[in-house]
Amino acid sequence: MTRPALAAFCLAFAMPLAAQQTMPPAPFAYRQLEDPAQEAAAQELMETLRCLKCQSQSIADSDAPMAGDMRHQVRIRVAAGESPDEIRSWLIQRYGDYVSYKPAVSATTWPLFAIPLLLIAVAGAILLRRFRKRA
Amino acid sequence: MSWRLWVPLFAFAAFVGLAAYQLTQPKDDFVQSGMVGQPLPYFDLPPAMDGVEGVASGTFADGEPRLLNIWASWCLPCIAEAPQLESLEQQGAKIVGIAVRDRPEDVAGFLAQHGNPYTHIGRDDLSEVQLAIGSSGVPETFVIDGQGVIRYQHIGDIRARDVPILLDELEKAR
Repeated sequence: MTRPALAAFCLAFAMPLAAQQTMPPAPFAYRQLEDPAQEAAAQELMETLRCLKCQSQSIADSDAPMAGDMRHQVRIRVAAGESPDEIRSWLIQRYGDYVSYKPAVSATTWPLFAIPLLLIAVAGAILLRRFRKRA
Repeated sequence: MSWRLWVPLFAFAAFVGLAAYQLTQPKDDFVQSGMVGQPLPYFDLPPAMDGVEGVASGTFADGEPRLLNIWASWCLPCIAEAPQLESLEQQGAKIVGIAVRDRPEDVAGFLAQHGNPYTHIGRDDLSEVQLAIGSSGVPETFVIDGQGVIRYQHIGDIRARDVPILLDELEKAR
C-alpha cells in the first residue's frame, strides 16, 4: 500500500473511535457537586467502583466515556439523596460483585479473610510450643 | 531428618503451582448482566435521528418478543454484526436499537452505509439505559419478551453462528 493510501486506511478506522471521545462528557462526569459533603461521599464511592471498559481502574481514575457516564450516575444519585450503599447495590444488582472494589465477606470470599487468621493461629501455636520446650 | 520439615516447602510449592495454573487460564472479560430475568427498568429515549421512532420501556410491552441491540456508529464490531442483524430481520425478528453516545448525523451515515434493521432507535447520550440494564459495552443484544422482561443477553458482536441461537431465544420468549 502506498503511504497516502495507508494513511487514509488508518484514518478511516480511527475516525469512529475518535467520535466517541468528541461527544461532550455527561454533565456530572467531571463537574463536582455543590455540596462538599455530598461530593466527598460521591468521590469515596467512585474510588471503589470498577470501570467496566477499563477493568483495572476505578471510575474515579478512568477517562473512558463510560466511566464518565457512571460518575454522572453516582453524582446525580447522591445529589438526589440516595446513600452510597444503595448506589453500590444498584450497580452490583446489574454487574455483580465484580463492579465493586470494596472488600465484602460473602459465601465465595470468606476464605480470603479466614485463611490469614488461621495461619496466624497456627504460627502462634507453633511458636508457643517451641518456647515452652526451651524454657 | 523428620519428614515434617518438608511440609512447609510442599505447601508453598502447591500454592505456587495453583497460582501459576490460574494465571495461565484464559480470563473472561465479559460481565454478565444481573438483569436477565428482570423487567426492563422504566425509560423513555428520544429518537437517535430524524425519521425514526424513539424507544421507551413501553415499546416492549405489546406481547411481541424483540431484540434490543445496544450499538453505536463509532463502534467497529457493530459494523461486523450489521449483516447478521439484517439476516435476523429478514427471518422475522423485530429489532429495536439504542445508540449510545452518538450523533444523529453519524447514526444516519452508519445506517446508510450498513443498512437499517431497526424498527425504533433510541438515543442514549449518557449511557443511562445501558447502565440500567447491566450492559457493559457495545455491541450487546438482549432478548426482551412481550411483557418487557429481559430474557437473554448476548455480549459482543453477533456472529453468523449466533443468529439461530437468538432466533431460538426469541421463540422461547414468545
